[in-house]
Amino acid sequence: MQHKIPVEKLGPQGETMARAVEQCVHCGFCLPACPTYQVLQEEMDSPRGRIFLMKEVLEGSLKPVDAEPYLDRCLGCLGCVSACPSGVAYGELISSYRMHQEATRRRSPLEKAFRFGIQETLPYPARFRAAALFGSLAKPLGSLLPKKLSAPLELLPSALPAARPLPELYPAEGSRRARVALLAGCAQQVLRPEINWATLRVLAKNGVEVVIPKSQGCCGALSMHTGERARALAFARKNLEAFPSDIDAIITNAAGCGSGIHEYLLLFKGEADFDKAAGFAKQSKDVSVFLSELGLLAPKALHSPVQVAYHDACHLAHAQGVRSEPRSILSSIPGLDLVEISEGDLCCGSAGSYNLEQPEIANTLGRRKAANIVASGARLVATGNIGCITQIEAALKKQSPEFRVLHTLEVLDLAYREILG
Amino acid sequence: MSKEVLQELSKLLPAGRLLTAAAALSPYQSDALTAFKAKPLAVALPESAGEVIETVRWCAKHQIPFVARGSGTSLSGGSLPIDGGLVIGLNRLNRILKLDPKERVAVVEPGVVNLDVSKAAAPFGLYYAPDPSSQPVSTIGGNLAFNSGGAHCLKYGMTSNHVLGAKVVLPTGEVVELGGESLENTGPDWLGLFVGSEGLMGVALEIKLRLLPKPEKYHTVLAAYDSLEKAGSAVAMVVASGLLPGAMEIMDSLAIEAAEAAVQAGYPQDAKALLIVELEGETLEVEAEARHLSEVIEASRAYKVQIARNEAERAKIWKGRKAAFSAVGRLSPDYIVQDGVVPRSKLGQALSEIEKLSLRYGLRVANVFHAGDGNLHPLILYDGRVPGELERGEELAGEILKLCVALGGSITGEHGVGMEKKRYLPAMFAEADIELMRKIRQSVDPHELSNRGKMFPGGEAEALVRQGLHPLEKRGVISRE
Repeated sequence: MQHKIPVEKLGPQGETMARAVEQCVHCGFCLPACPTYQVLQEEMDSPRGRIFLMKEVLEGSLKPVDAEPYLDRCLGCLGCVSACPSGVAYGELISSYRMHQEATRRRSPLEKAFRFGIQETLPYPARFRAAALFGSLAKPLGSLLPKKLSAPLELLPSALPAARPLPELYPAEGSRRARVALLAGCAQQVLRPEINWATLRVLAKNGVEVVIPKSQGCCGALSMHTGERARALAFARKNLEAFPSDIDAIITNAAGCGSGIHEYLLLFKGEADFDKAAGFAKQSKDVSVFLSELGLLAPKALHSPVQVAYHDACHLAHAQGVRSEPRSILSSIPGLDLVEISEGDLCCGSAGSYNLEQPEIANTLGRRKAANIVASGARLVATGNIGCITQIEAALKKQSPEFRVLHTLEVLDLAYREILG
Repeated sequence: MSKEVLQELSKLLPAGRLLTAAAALSPYQSDALTAFKAKPLAVALPESAGEVIETVRWCAKHQIPFVARGSGTSLSGGSLPIDGGLVIGLNRLNRILKLDPKERVAVVEPGVVNLDVSKAAAPFGLYYAPDPSSQPVSTIGGNLAFNSGGAHCLKYGMTSNHVLGAKVVLPTGEVVELGGESLENTGPDWLGLFVGSEGLMGVALEIKLRLLPKPEKYHTVLAAYDSLEKAGSAVAMVVASGLLPGAMEIMDSLAIEAAEAAVQAGYPQDAKALLIVELEGETLEVEAEARHLSEVIEASRAYKVQIARNEAERAKIWKGRKAAFSAVGRLSPDYIVQDGVVPRSKLGQALSEIEKLSLRYGLRVANVFHAGDGNLHPLILYDGRVPGELERGEELAGEILKLCVALGGSITGEHGVGMEKKRYLPAMFAEADIELMRKIRQSVDPHELSNRGKMFPGGEAEALVRQGLHPLEKRGVISRE
């Protein structure tokens, strides 16, 4: 598509944004893949519609504030990227656009406070834990609060699991086949510490030694996706320092973090330490990919067959192209019957902090996802992202409370420990 | 137009369903042909047939031109807004009102997506046959307006062969029922007139579709050739052999490159042309035909033949073909998708003429086409940032269309005339024909409100502007009054 974007005035990401606009031919193949379009059925809330809006803002013919409601509603799920035949890098466009606009954006004091609250708690496990604990206690008051404040409470469990600090090193069982470093993730350490422990046990069982750098922090994805570039860079740089170099891979087990790290190539564009960040991104792998490449130790047959539905986390499937590896891990468990979820490419509505900022659309998507999961016939769903787990659990609680929602690695860990079925 | 007039419409629709802000209108400025842009007065988003009727009546009362659209995937600018007119977005009318497996009929609202009809019919072993490449996106309303085709129309015919009836609001606001549930009708074929009229005769509210039993078996063959001519003559050989495949499609090397980059369909990358032939029907029949087909393909000197071994492989072959248009966006920042038809026997000649034109104009042309129907889709690649390239591309496109007509074909197979080809209408029809069409249109829509400015050349009849009065008019034999 033709445009008049003043590329040279837009900094290091200008070229990226212009290129995405150029590649869009407005064919509409993104429409069925876009969750907000599916819910709202309006062009402004579709990927190609948003591309028009961003183009006009960047060209200067549309005021940014006018485009905001529609651009803010984008989940950043990247379903459109998988669907796009002409290869538009929509994710790079919207992330760059948000970072570009946030600097000059005016927000109301309440909005500022809410965003500040998210940015200052979620990426810090200790703070998040304190906030979540307080939130769990406040849950019964949810109905008295305005929607903006009650939505986050609905996602919280009624009791937080006990904090279980991770060791700095988790040794391999038997002879060592590889040495990796684990990015522990922020939210999952608080909401589901078991995911990291299951990951450590599974890796160890497969002969992998795991380093868990103590000084690591948030990957920066949350800040980057909400346009907070400086904060995202600071987080990322902290990790560039924290992780050792004598390792075979950096392991992520939350899809959001994994895709966030892969976006360092965009975030660091034009920065002096771009090469270092690019190297870091290249070394990082989702745990399912790493295990598939390494070759998985076969689990024993289950005592009784278990049906498991696999939910594609957007930031694994669409952002990192990881679809087959988690499925083959699950299928490798003898007696596990893997089933697909219809509309599997559609986001569950979690999308980082989206379910906190846009609760209505997030809830609609959550209900739709829950209904599709229930229809799969399985009573256990596996996925690779803490955000999806929280969102799907909350949605399923209303429809089908006996359902279990587990991380793929938790399922594998239970199979190794012979307590899955 | 006064503010009060628009306010009257906003009262007819619930809050939030009349878009007037610049940012809300901007994404509606183009359909899938971004070379054309227009800003509408407003976008109405009705959710029921009643609301559509009220909206059209408001347009009729105040003489506001309107365009009804679904997913906006038109490649001819057919769903482009009218400057200062109303866009009626029908996407929220997306209910399947009735699905009768016994009668093999579905009644749907216009905003239902083509593929969703087949999805809903699948549990009964049925499907909706017309399969434009945009089928996961485009709506039945749009398919009806443009009499959409698709790869499998070779065997099953176009949309018009699968529509039994429609409830329509005419541009005057009158609601009529066209056709019926029966396959045979008496009297004038009003439905036939409506289907393919490109939105010039009103808005469909409910559409009765024919469903077909899903073929028991598919046999999908991918044959690679070292020249486009060989692939072209293979098509003639298949037809001459007496086989009637469900689909026969050809892609040339540029299209192969683009499709492969987009969806990794597993196409041979060194091929100059690929032919996809699909047989479908009952197992015994398909198996017998497959043997016959393999002899024909062998005789056609394909250097590589792949046969889909399962549904996944078949889907992959089709995914590449159906993504080909958009995938060309990877090869070039801009392109024009053309849509012309030539008699099947003239395919080879048409292709070599197109190649010569491509060289003469210095622009690359990728070819993807429904070979079985002789429906060409040359994609003209250009860079809009290079001064003059767009104009050269358009000129080349015009030459191709004239070539199609000269060879005894048509200026459009399935994309319609819309905005893009209205100036070529006189290449195919005599002035008197166009005038007759216009009169028929005006008998339904006296003020030309519905999709004004499309299909007919110029604001006024271009023939009139260019050539003045018809000789018969000059002699006073006929008149425009």
